[in-house]
Amino acid sequence: MLVSLNWLQEYVDVSEYTPEELAEIITKTGIEVESVEPVAEEIKGVVVGYVRSCEQHPNADKLNLCQVEVGKETLQIVCGAHNVAQGQKVAVATPGAVLPGNFKIKKTKLRGEESNGMICSLQELGIDEKDVPKEFSDGIFVFPEDVKVGENAVSLLNLDDIIIELGLTPNRSDALSMAGVAYEVAAAIDGTYELAEEMVQTSDKRASNYLSVVVDDEEANPYYGAFVIENIHVGPSPLWMRNRLTAAGIRPINNVVDITNYVLMEYGQPLHAFDYDRFGSQTIVTRRAKDGEKITTLDDQERVLNADHLVITNGEKAHAIAGVMGGAESEVQTDTTTVILEAAYFSPTVVREASKNHGLRSESSTRFEKGVDPNRVERAGLRACELLSKYAGGTVLEGVVSHDNLDRSEKQVAVNINTINDRLGTKISNEDMSDIFRRLQFTYEQEGDVFDVSVPTRRGDIAIFEDMLEEVARIYGYDNLPYTLPEGASQAGGLTQNQELKRKVKSYFEGAGLYETITYSLTSEDKAQMLVSPEVAEKAVSPVSLAMPMSEDHGTLRLSMLPELLSSLSYNVARKQENLAYYEVGTVFISEEEQVTKQPEEVLRASGALTGEWVTHPWQQEKKPIDFFVAKGILEGLSQQLDLSFGYEKAKLDYMHPGRTAVVSVDDETVGFIGQVHPKLQKQLGLKETYVFDINLEVLFKKYQKEEKFQAIPRHPSVSRDIALVVDEEVTSGTIEKTIADAGDPLVKDVQVFDLYQGEHLDKGKKSLAFRLLYLDPVRTLKDQEVEEAHNRILNAVKEKHQAELRG
Amino acid sequence: MKERLEQLKQEALTKVEEADSVQGLKDVRVEYLGKKGPITEVLRGMGKLSKEERPVIGQLANDVRESIAKAIETKQTTLEDEALEKQLEEESIDVTLPGRPVQVGGPHLLTSIVEEIEDLFIGMGFEIKEGPEVETDYYNFEALNLPKGHPARDMQDSFYITEELLMRTHTSPVQARTMGTRNGKEPVKMICPGKVYRRDTDDATHSHQFTQIEGLLVDKNVRMSDLKGVLNAFAKQMFGEEREIRLRPSFFPFTEPSVEMDISCKVCGGAGCSVCKKTGWIEILGGGMVHPNVLEMAGYDPKEYSGFAFGMGPERIAMLKYGVDDIRHFYTNDIRFLEQYHKA
Repeated sequence: MLVSLNWLQEYVDVSEYTPEELAEIITKTGIEVESVEPVAEEIKGVVVGYVRSCEQHPNADKLNLCQVEVGKETLQIVCGAHNVAQGQKVAVATPGAVLPGNFKIKKTKLRGEESNGMICSLQELGIDEKDVPKEFSDGIFVFPEDVKVGENAVSLLNLDDIIIELGLTPNRSDALSMAGVAYEVAAAIDGTYELAEEMVQTSDKRASNYLSVVVDDEEANPYYGAFVIENIHVGPSPLWMRNRLTAAGIRPINNVVDITNYVLMEYGQPLHAFDYDRFGSQTIVTRRAKDGEKITTLDDQERVLNADHLVITNGEKAHAIAGVMGGAESEVQTDTTTVILEAAYFSPTVVREASKNHGLRSESSTRFEKGVDPNRVERAGLRACELLSKYAGGTVLEGVVSHDNLDRSEKQVAVNINTINDRLGTKISNEDMSDIFRRLQFTYEQEGDVFDVSVPTRRGDIAIFEDMLEEVARIYGYDNLPYTLPEGASQAGGLTQNQELKRKVKSYFEGAGLYETITYSLTSEDKAQMLVSPEVAEKAVSPVSLAMPMSEDHGTLRLSMLPELLSSLSYNVARKQENLAYYEVGTVFISEEEQVTKQPEEVLRASGALTGEWVTHPWQQEKKPIDFFVAKGILEGLSQQLDLSFGYEKAKLDYMHPGRTAVVSVDDETVGFIGQVHPKLQKQLGLKETYVFDINLEVLFKKYQKEEKFQAIPRHPSVSRDIALVVDEEVTSGTIEKTIADAGDPLVKDVQVFDLYQGEHLDKGKKSLAFRLLYLDPVRTLKDQEVEEAHNRILNAVKEKHQAELRG
Repeated sequence: MKERLEQLKQEALTKVEEADSVQGLKDVRVEYLGKKGPITEVLRGMGKLSKEERPVIGQLANDVRESIAKAIETKQTTLEDEALEKQLEEESIDVTLPGRPVQVGGPHLLTSIVEEIEDLFIGMGFEIKEGPEVETDYYNFEALNLPKGHPARDMQDSFYITEELLMRTHTSPVQARTMGTRNGKEPVKMICPGKVYRRDTDDATHSHQFTQIEGLLVDKNVRMSDLKGVLNAFAKQMFGEEREIRLRPSFFPFTEPSVEMDISCKVCGGAGCSVCKKTGWIEILGGGMVHPNVLEMAGYDPKEYSGFAFGMGPERIAMLKYGVDDIRHFYTNDIRFLEQYHKA
């Protein structure tokens, strides 16, 4: 809502505040002021001039040579506007004048003729192109005849006004009018305001003899009032009205339209004027539209209606979509002489539906959608009649033709001052309270501590005690509330175990050299199904998609964080940032339904993506690219952090390198995977060798047990033995390790691979793996013989299970 | 004999003094203290001496032997030290060469902000609650006093999945869910951080996905002045003791009265500048007293219980605190952005 301070000043005396002070007060009492701006930048030296003569420039076809009287002197001005003419009163920037943009006007010569100033267009005076009346949009502005030559054009055009822009919350639609703003400002500054009474002179003719009104759907249209005004002369509206409309951001058109718009801004009540002679009947029937019914609206668009929409008809044909837009057929035109003026109350839902369906959000529909003041509907009609008779020569017929079933009663809200003070933490007295209601202009009856307040209908947002609590608090001043702390029983705040573990996992990854990333949960349908961990893929029947995505890139919920993580890597690599180690902890969305009806399961997972070099230390020629074992080392560290043991089993997964991928499990339950991204996908993404992992954190957290008991530090020495085994290439280190650990139990405490060899000293298809075994009994010193026995058991076991030979 | 011993001592000490290597010193030791050395020889000839002379000469011979041994030892240490020093000198390195880097990572700026806020409220006795990002229409809207067709639903155009399911548009449903578990009796004191989603086109100030942290306290006798006190404590800890806070009226369907909180502008100290749009204040969060309809739907009697709620956007806070100029930076994961904010 744009509020002209000059206009507001006419209603409430705000002259003792600077615009900034006033803005601050309004903001603090309840409506946020978004900006305070002058209508135009400072303009100097622009006056009204009279064009005495206007001839063609002797040396230029498109220029005019004008003699313009500005007070005592007459200036010769060369003017290029096509609409300049002798006898006009125009805005003249005299030599020395300054126009917006610090544009200085000087005496000059144009094609050999002296030009001592400039005749201005409204745009040149700083008015927004969209607010300039069409007749002046590509030429100079012409004043009405009654202005005085030499007068200050800046104030005549209201260019010295200040506009305060209010950012209205949806509940404060009462301030969508100058009257509403005036009530609010008066309450805020403790001033006075009351909407002035309408003064209408009517003729002897009764409107009801010319028109009747039938309302078909009272719920959608509880009140419809129609006034009839004859003898209208369509022409420009007075300059002051045009100025105010411009200040409010509405383009002036002609007096009839301008008056309906002016009252809309003044009262907050949308009105509509039909041309009586083009309406096609003497009966107004408002009803639900028929499915498929058509209307051509003012903007020359043919629109197809249905039963959700309310239309104003002549009994047969629709002439307006109620509250949204009028029809082209009965539009007021320059030859219109008799006007039907509609002042109605349309239900918010029916207007919202129509404006939404047709994409027509207007000043009118916005107000109807939020609910207009039932006590101001008819008054707004009267106000427009008053202005039409004053400024459009109209004769107002006696009476309003109406159908009326509108509830105009005021809501009653009982307010106990003790409850107010309990809820606010204040000590407001009965006197303070009375004063607050006086400022708000709410009437009340008081009985002891209870105020029974009647809420004016302009404040449709107030219905219950808490609404009144806010009214009291804001006029009392939020600044004046004390600072207290809650008095209830205190509780120890803290993190749950899973929240703590989540933080632990994150800081582990960061300590391990990974950066945390946050990617979008909504991804493309293709990406949502890529790089999904096998246990997720098994469960998720189909990815969950939005009904109406804004773009295909963000239309489907992820089943894996990896595709977006890889996109992040690509983004960086494309910007020459090639060594990257990223992780993300977040949820994926698993639905076990073909057609989603229930909330998907949201599972917390951790994903990592690494590419480029891991350790680089150039001057020592150290350079290690990220490989499978860098990524695996990070996962192993995670398992240590959580005191769990991960199993790795080679696997073939889509989009992954078939020979360098493993499924990860805990206690034989699959929890994720790790490996190299398939080279084809790498290439597609512009990535070099890239390794990823994805793991279910929730399962890990469930299995995690906080170590609480002390474990004795072994006092007895351990014995370490090395063995080198020759096995077939396909035999994995992990399986041998497991065989050793099983056979050596309980004396073998640790098995570590320390060498892998393949080459000329071995037969083809064979490899040698060397293990270091640690034997330990925590409570006694081991005898050589025991170790020897265990060692032999192990050698037999690996021989039997893996045909492993001791390497000689 | 006595003279001979004295002479040997002098000779030996001179040679020790002159020795310039560990080997040279060894030679001196062998020469004088060895089994075939002159001192041994002297001792061997002791048989010829008288009973009285024998202990005297014996003593002297031992003294001479000891002083030579001591001198050798001392010299040896000196020579070793010199040798070591020389060796260390040769091992000298350029200490200004760069060290072997340790791979470092770090948290995302949003996580740092969220955890900082979490920790502040944990300190005030709040617990942390989480909830689903795909919500039901009921918890996202209806339980928060936003029935179907409510005009305020326009404020946050949403991503629907079905008519009843949508991406949550705020973290408030977590509040409704938590209240619902308390049988309308036990108090609630919680904050809920999380991702939220709105139908916005991504640009410098809008993101279809962003983060929110909301707080809720429900108990008997909760006052609006408590909201003011708690938010004040939070703002001062988060933004600095010197910052002023200001509450002003606002509107949210789930609170009444509703407030918006501003903090005094850090850049201009309240005088007005381009950062605070000349107002001296910067909007930080919204909140208010829990709407009685919300309490009622969660099973609390609004006559007996009251509460306050508030919500804020970590992106906005990060943008204000660190001057991040484009919200998309938080989701692009440009390493040059991430690297700037890893904390020790």
